[in-house]
Amino acid sequence: MNEFLPLLLVFLPFVPALISFALPERMAVWRDVINISFALAKLALVGFLLLSVEDGVTTEWRYEFLQGHDFILRTDAFALLFITLSAFLWLIATVYAIAYFGRGPHLARFFGFFNLCVLAATGVAMSGTAITFFVFYELLTLATWPLVVHKGDEKSLRAGRIYLIYTLAGSAAYLAGIVWLKSHVGTIEFAARPDLSGIPRLELTLIFILCIGGLGVKAALIPFHGWLPEAMAAPAPVSALLHAVAVVKAGAFGILRMIYDVYGIDTVSDLGLGPPLAVLAAATILYGSFRALMQTDIKKRLAYSTVSQVSYIILGASLIGPFAMIGGLVHLVHQGIMKITLFMCAGALANRMGIKAVADLDGAGRMMPVTMAAFSVGALGMIGIPPSAGFISKWYLGLGGLQSDARWVVAVLAGSSLLNALYFLPLLYRAWLLAPSQSHAPVRELDGAWNRMLVLPAAITALTVLVAGLFAAFPFSPLSWVILIAERGYLK
Amino acid sequence: MSPLDLLVAAPLAFMIAALLSGPWGRWWLLAAIPVMAGLTVWLLLLPEGSGHVVGGWTLPLGVQLRADGVAQLMVAATAVCAAIVGLYALHEFAPGADRSETAHGFAFWPLFYLLWGGANAGFLTTDLFNLYIALEMVSLAAVAMAAMGSLRAALRYFVIALVGSLAYLLGVALLFSNYATVDLTLLAEMARPDLATKTALAVMTAGLLIKAAVFPLHGWLPPAHAAAPAPASALLSAIVVKVGFVILLRLWFEAFPAIIAPAGLELLGWLGALAVLYGSVQAIRQDTLKALVAYSTVAQIGYLLLAFPLVATAAGTGGAWAGMTIHATAHMLAKAAMFLAAGLMLKAVNGHHLKDLHGLARAMPLTVAAFGLAAVSLMGLPPSAGFLAKFLLLEAAVEQGAVFAAAVLLVGGLLAAVYLFKPLAWAFAGSDTPVVVAKAPLRTAAPLALALLAVSLGFAGQAMVDITAGSPWAGPPATEAEDVQ
Repeated sequence: MNEFLPLLLVFLPFVPALISFALPERMAVWRDVINISFALAKLALVGFLLLSVEDGVTTEWRYEFLQGHDFILRTDAFALLFITLSAFLWLIATVYAIAYFGRGPHLARFFGFFNLCVLAATGVAMSGTAITFFVFYELLTLATWPLVVHKGDEKSLRAGRIYLIYTLAGSAAYLAGIVWLKSHVGTIEFAARPDLSGIPRLELTLIFILCIGGLGVKAALIPFHGWLPEAMAAPAPVSALLHAVAVVKAGAFGILRMIYDVYGIDTVSDLGLGPPLAVLAAATILYGSFRALMQTDIKKRLAYSTVSQVSYIILGASLIGPFAMIGGLVHLVHQGIMKITLFMCAGALANRMGIKAVADLDGAGRMMPVTMAAFSVGALGMIGIPPSAGFISKWYLGLGGLQSDARWVVAVLAGSSLLNALYFLPLLYRAWLLAPSQSHAPVRELDGAWNRMLVLPAAITALTVLVAGLFAAFPFSPLSWVILIAERGYLK
Repeated sequence: MSPLDLLVAAPLAFMIAALLSGPWGRWWLLAAIPVMAGLTVWLLLLPEGSGHVVGGWTLPLGVQLRADGVAQLMVAATAVCAAIVGLYALHEFAPGADRSETAHGFAFWPLFYLLWGGANAGFLTTDLFNLYIALEMVSLAAVAMAAMGSLRAALRYFVIALVGSLAYLLGVALLFSNYATVDLTLLAEMARPDLATKTALAVMTAGLLIKAAVFPLHGWLPPAHAAAPAPASALLSAIVVKVGFVILLRLWFEAFPAIIAPAGLELLGWLGALAVLYGSVQAIRQDTLKALVAYSTVAQIGYLLLAFPLVATAAGTGGAWAGMTIHATAHMLAKAAMFLAAGLMLKAVNGHHLKDLHGLARAMPLTVAAFGLAAVSLMGLPPSAGFLAKFLLLEAAVEQGAVFAAAVLLVGGLLAAVYLFKPLAWAFAGSDTPVVVAKAPLRTAAPLALALLAVSLGFAGQAMVDITAGSPWAGPPATEAEDVQ
């Protein structure tokens, strides 16, 4: 196996990024073609890696950037879980973004930074050491900022400012944590969990708090979630891919790496750090849902829903049990495809019909049935109705709660599902059962290539939500892959 | 002949040539760049700790030039900065339509070479009196360059710089009367902790702190650096303050490490921490772009001082030492890039304020990109040389349990993000494309090249660490300098 494969996989989006920056606006068609081709190429590469990792072959690329500090890119099963998600959704979101913006001005910059974000997210997934992770994590912050402020209005600039303050402060805390830990154990390599036995418990606890707190900013754990609803000022494709998938997942992914690959579940449970984190995650789940209930803007409602849903992943990890772990890990994928569906639908509704507020949704199902059908699948998945993917996550999390003797988790899950239903079902009711208000001109949803490119990506991801739920037992389904990860490493 | 002499002599020769050739003086740059590049490569290839006594006089009578790690790194970075800033300045400092423009076009080039030669002398010399001369050469050139922007600021700079020089000279005189030598390497062997030595060290340090614009002696820097023309500001912020800093290093860590009290190091560390915080807060408060960048220099110099106690405690392990010198290099490149980019942007919109940059990212994407990349390095974010420096310093601070220093490093980075993203946010604001007057678009390449270098050096970490390790007090002591005539 070629050792440069990980390097290629991470830096592949750099090529379309540079090309996007360089091409003048009149050659936008070429930019689109190149962006889609590279997204396809990356997906093919990921497919190849999935097969080889299933066979038990992991590849690794190392570079000693400073004596005693390795820069490692590694394709392990856990990394591929995140990479497959991001590569698939990158392709979808690229097609969607092209249709969403049409031939607007100043898109070169948008697609350039969009590609850099994907590069950073892939790097986050494949990082083999804590410092490598930090490098890509910061790159993700930097590359997202121009996308958040893309519109250039006062609201976006404010969102960009808040985003930077939160995330940079978070990564500073994380950096402090890993440097502190490194001063005890040397290089923190994920594949070779460091020996923490000689470190005082208090220090270990403080380092854990610094790291999880720092990473929790991007994962939108309360009280560090404030940036996420603000960031909804960004255009819909940014909210869809980055805020639903790349950025928040980078934070959640980092927390999972911390728990499983740096501390190890034994140390975490030995230090008694699991329960407080589980409580914090549960609080975030409920708080996010409550706030979502109160929003009148669709995107804001979805944003608070993200705050809530991402914490399922952290809840799963903090319960320290096989079922909970599987539920949390699989939710990393399931939440991604469900939330991107919802955001892409919201963007399509705003783009075609000018619908931004919940109250405007009346009768939208008749005007844009495909979009609303996809939205409905995503929403029902979020609530956790079988056979959607969301049901699988919640099922395993609930089992995990029982297994870890934390019955309250089941109550939290039930309460959250109820809240999910309360804030999603009225949307579906309005869209499908109420008559359209007179103000909307008729919309032909699938007329022309542009409109199809706007609507079909959401339809595809909605279908994926169903497939991931229905065929969860098949090989290469998110669930099977997560069970493979759990069996290979984390349960030992 | 040795590259050590030539690195000082060649710029001075070019200075005379530029003086003599009048309106064509600026074109000497095209000869100077290859010559200096060759000499710099030669310097980098010299074996570790190579020394050379000028004119064949042996110490203590002669004057020794020596290529240790810090000198190699700083001379190389200076050469890169000066060459690129020079190319940028070719257009700006040319004979022009009116008298004052033409006068600036004539005056800039000899000053430019004087500064370059003086800086090289400052980095390479081990003789304290010769260092005084280097310091004066650099200060003279710097004051004259500052005067091109604002006579008032330059006069203030001149007076304060004079005080600094006199303080330093007083110290040199004290040392000479005490030890009958002013060579650093010899002083290191016979340093005694007596009152005269301590007084000398104190006044010299005070003088150098002025020259390096360390808080609270930084007052002259912001007005002078903000008012000067962009290439001059770039040279002042990138190179001039570093000369004072390197001499300070030589005094504290090479000549008198034995008699330095920990309290002294702590004091410098505190000054550095205050400089980081004060400079950053002031930068946040500015609403003109060049003043913001100038205050950022005050803050960034603070990190160098903050590292002093860390370097002293680390004693030979090299991490803190490498972090400090890499920070000086990274700041040189990034700050020069930032001033040049700022100059281009402000010229294009014909304004000074942050709000004048409105929407500029669409009109001048490459210039804004250069500014942004330089900002990444200054904030200490990866991947950049600035990050490498901050990481090494942070690691040293954590290992030594210096919690306060670690906190300042982290908070300073955040504050830098606050002030540096302010102009960037203005550049991204709005959705229209402002119409700008962009003269000589090729000049954009200068800040971009410097910024890309500052960022990409982040990938060459070990190489830089290896170079800086070749300093007498960073690794195993090399008392006898080898002659490489």
